[in-house]
Amino acid sequence: MMSASSVPALETRALEKRFGGIVASNNVSLSIARGARHALIGPNGAGKTTLVNMLTGVLKPSGGEILLDGRDITALEAHERVRLGIARTFQINQLFADLTPVETLGLAISERLGTGTHFWRVPGTRPEVVDEIAALLERFRLADVMHERTAVLPYGKQRLLEIALAFACRPRVLLLDEPAAGVPEAERHEILAAVAGLPEDVTVLLIEHDMDIVFTFADRISVLVNGQLFVEGTPDAVARDPRVKAVYLGESLDA
Amino acid sequence: MRGPDVSTSAKLASAISAQFTARARWSPLEVLFWLAALATIWLAPDHHLILTEIVIWALLALSLDLILGYAGIISLGHAAFFGIGAYTAGLLAKHALVSEPVLALLVSGAAGAAFGFLTSFLVLRGTDLTRLMVTLGVALLVREIANRAAWLTGGADGLQGIGMEPVLGLFRFDLYGHTAYAYSLVVLFVLFVIARRIVGSPFGLSLQAIKGNPLRASAVGIGQTWRLVGIYTLAAAYAGVAGGLLTQTTAFTSLESLSFDRSADALLVLIIGGTGHLYGGLIGAVVFRFAQDWISAATPQYWQFWIGLFLVLIVLVGRDRIGSWVAPVRRLADRVSDWRAWRRPPAVEPTAPGEGGRP
Amino acid sequence: MVTILFDGIAYGMLLFVLAAGLSVTLGLMNFVNLAHGAFAMAGGYAALVVVNRLGVPFGLGLVAAFLFSAALGALLERTLYVHVYAKSHLDQVLFTIGLVFMSVAIVDYTMGSSQQFIAIPPVLQGQITVLGIGMSKYRLMIIVICGVLTALLQLGLTRTRFGSRLRAAVDDQRVARGLGINVGAVFALTFALGSGLAGLGGALGAEILGLDPIFPLKYMIYFLIVVTVGGTSSITGPFLASLLLGIGDVAGKYYVPQLGAFVIYTIMIVVLIWRPQGLFVRKGAR
Repeated sequence: MMSASSVPALETRALEKRFGGIVASNNVSLSIARGARHALIGPNGAGKTTLVNMLTGVLKPSGGEILLDGRDITALEAHERVRLGIARTFQINQLFADLTPVETLGLAISERLGTGTHFWRVPGTRPEVVDEIAALLERFRLADVMHERTAVLPYGKQRLLEIALAFACRPRVLLLDEPAAGVPEAERHEILAAVAGLPEDVTVLLIEHDMDIVFTFADRISVLVNGQLFVEGTPDAVARDPRVKAVYLGESLDA
Repeated sequence: MRGPDVSTSAKLASAISAQFTARARWSPLEVLFWLAALATIWLAPDHHLILTEIVIWALLALSLDLILGYAGIISLGHAAFFGIGAYTAGLLAKHALVSEPVLALLVSGAAGAAFGFLTSFLVLRGTDLTRLMVTLGVALLVREIANRAAWLTGGADGLQGIGMEPVLGLFRFDLYGHTAYAYSLVVLFVLFVIARRIVGSPFGLSLQAIKGNPLRASAVGIGQTWRLVGIYTLAAAYAGVAGGLLTQTTAFTSLESLSFDRSADALLVLIIGGTGHLYGGLIGAVVFRFAQDWISAATPQYWQFWIGLFLVLIVLVGRDRIGSWVAPVRRLADRVSDWRAWRRPPAVEPTAPGEGGRP
Repeated sequence: MVTILFDGIAYGMLLFVLAAGLSVTLGLMNFVNLAHGAFAMAGGYAALVVVNRLGVPFGLGLVAAFLFSAALGALLERTLYVHVYAKSHLDQVLFTIGLVFMSVAIVDYTMGSSQQFIAIPPVLQGQITVLGIGMSKYRLMIIVICGVLTALLQLGLTRTRFGSRLRAAVDDQRVARGLGINVGAVFALTFALGSGLAGLGGALGAEILGLDPIFPLKYMIYFLIVVTVGGTSSITGPFLASLLLGIGDVAGKYYVPQLGAFVIYTIMIVVLIWRPQGLFVRKGAR
């Protein structure tokens, strides 16, 4: 699964983020191998989302570097990183309230195909775009609400659209920020199945509180505490680590 | 995964295509709107002067809608582009640089676009507030330059001595404004069709995405800079054409075309009709100009008071509620055709994949 | 040269008093009040009426200007503005432009459209010579009054309970409410005070800025410049910005009259692009 010798898909070197006097990320050096199923856990306020925001270009780091396939992307804008193959989901849904799921997915797909700036064409006239939208709608059970404005969709459907949108970018590195948070059981299964069904060469970084999900999914786990990388290792090693248990104050870490 | 179901997939694909094309299709109500506008050329010959003004307001408000309604950029200085177009058309005609009006109008639009392109970089970033003040400042600056460069612009007296050649060398401008109106209306229609096509394109859709949620837009790979520059430049070109039309149809232009009042009124016209659906500026212009005519007849000096009161009320009552008077019209349109039908829960059986094919 | 500096300082301090209220509403309360100049104009005309028509002494005329604009501000704040605080900036712009247009028309209707002057007592006319420099008495008075007001304002905001309440209310409304602060009343009082100061400035400045119905439109940009260039983290920023603007404008009109207002507009745009938080805000202060 992991080709040990190759360049990591995603790597950070001494990444740091300060907000005024508060250090949200401190000297984080993380290496994620290509095709890894890597989970990032840690208590609330540990700086997990800050880290994802820096990886995706939403936040500019105060120091350190970010490398994608060995290439320094620290200075790139968020949309440029998407073009290089990083996609993400947001912990809190970030969708286009006035657009329908069809339009939303169409946007991301057109953007990926480089047709997003065409200004004299009716969108969705290209069969490959339509087919891909159709496939995503089916896979994420969104076909029955395809004509609705996103704003009026039930939460579970919005969550599915959030995930589908990241998939529509066909990322090589996918960052999932608590994808299943607040999702009803039925849709939860849908999301997890979709993630499990990703091609093996897609690298996934998952932030999740639900330890069941983490331990079924991950082949490697990093624990973040107070903005610092605390422990990293295989699920077994992390589960056995007494320091991690201490951090979680008795929370069960057994898979 | 479940096996591919050809009929379901095909049905879903066609539903997707239908959703996209539904928006591009002209509804009967729209056709009716433009036929009615066209009919006024023959049916209301006595009102061509005021109708020409309406067309020019409509074009200016349409231009503002492109940036406000579709890209979410607030501007208090749209008159800058309007005025630049107006003076360009005036100078071209006065000094017989480009004497054919249509060609001169294109140059006016290009002048507006050029200035729009240059200033677009100032409104790319920043909050509503900085955008407001930057656009306001730019417009004041342009007005001040026009005011000072009296040798070129005529300063406070306005640009006088403009003689207009016939449109396309065929249609001479007449005293009653018949030619002027037909000409302006054709220009408006052509630019409207172009705008309609553009806002319905993937580019237009991505602008709405940026407006709706910039964070997510960049997270699906949509770069904002060039798109905002593009739409801002286009809107400036439209405003330039509107200004050029004003000069050409009145054979005069003055600092009024660059004034703050013009920017504010353009905003008002757009707000009356509602933002983000292209027809807002058109409908707003009709209401605005006829209201102005009607109120001016009663109390000629205090038109400004009523505009002010109207603005205050419109905000206190709530723009969305005011805008909702458009809703019954839209519902009517829905009934007349399947225009925007996909906005409602589909009336026909919904495509239900995963539940087998067509019975 | 010294005269220009002197006139510039007087002009600048006047601008500060005029714009101080806006720097609170726009800067701290994040409300776009383009109608701020209307309160200044109201004060100017209030002073005009009581001094010229009723023969009230000039000093009392200034007080009347303050009180009238403050009362007007409080009234409009409670009845109208309060409904618009939470709306979008576009709505705030439309609403306050509407108020400007109405005020222009109302003043035009009641007071006439021509420029008017408040009768100045003879004591304040002419020049005095201090240290060999000729100074206009009236401008000297402006500097003194505005200087005192600035000092009071600074003290009031930093040293009094009201000042700390305002800062709390602006910082986080919910927390302030939780602390038992009547946020609505604090805002209303602040708004009234800002309007009153503007009114006082309008009356004081009638001699220099002129007084006619389009006053709110004519000076809107100046007030906005003071706030944008000065930033909003303290009143020192707007104060320095006012002085700079005053001196720059007077000097510009004297030395390069053909450029007119060109210079200050350009400066404003450059500052907005370069440092959107204002020129005098320390980095990371907010």
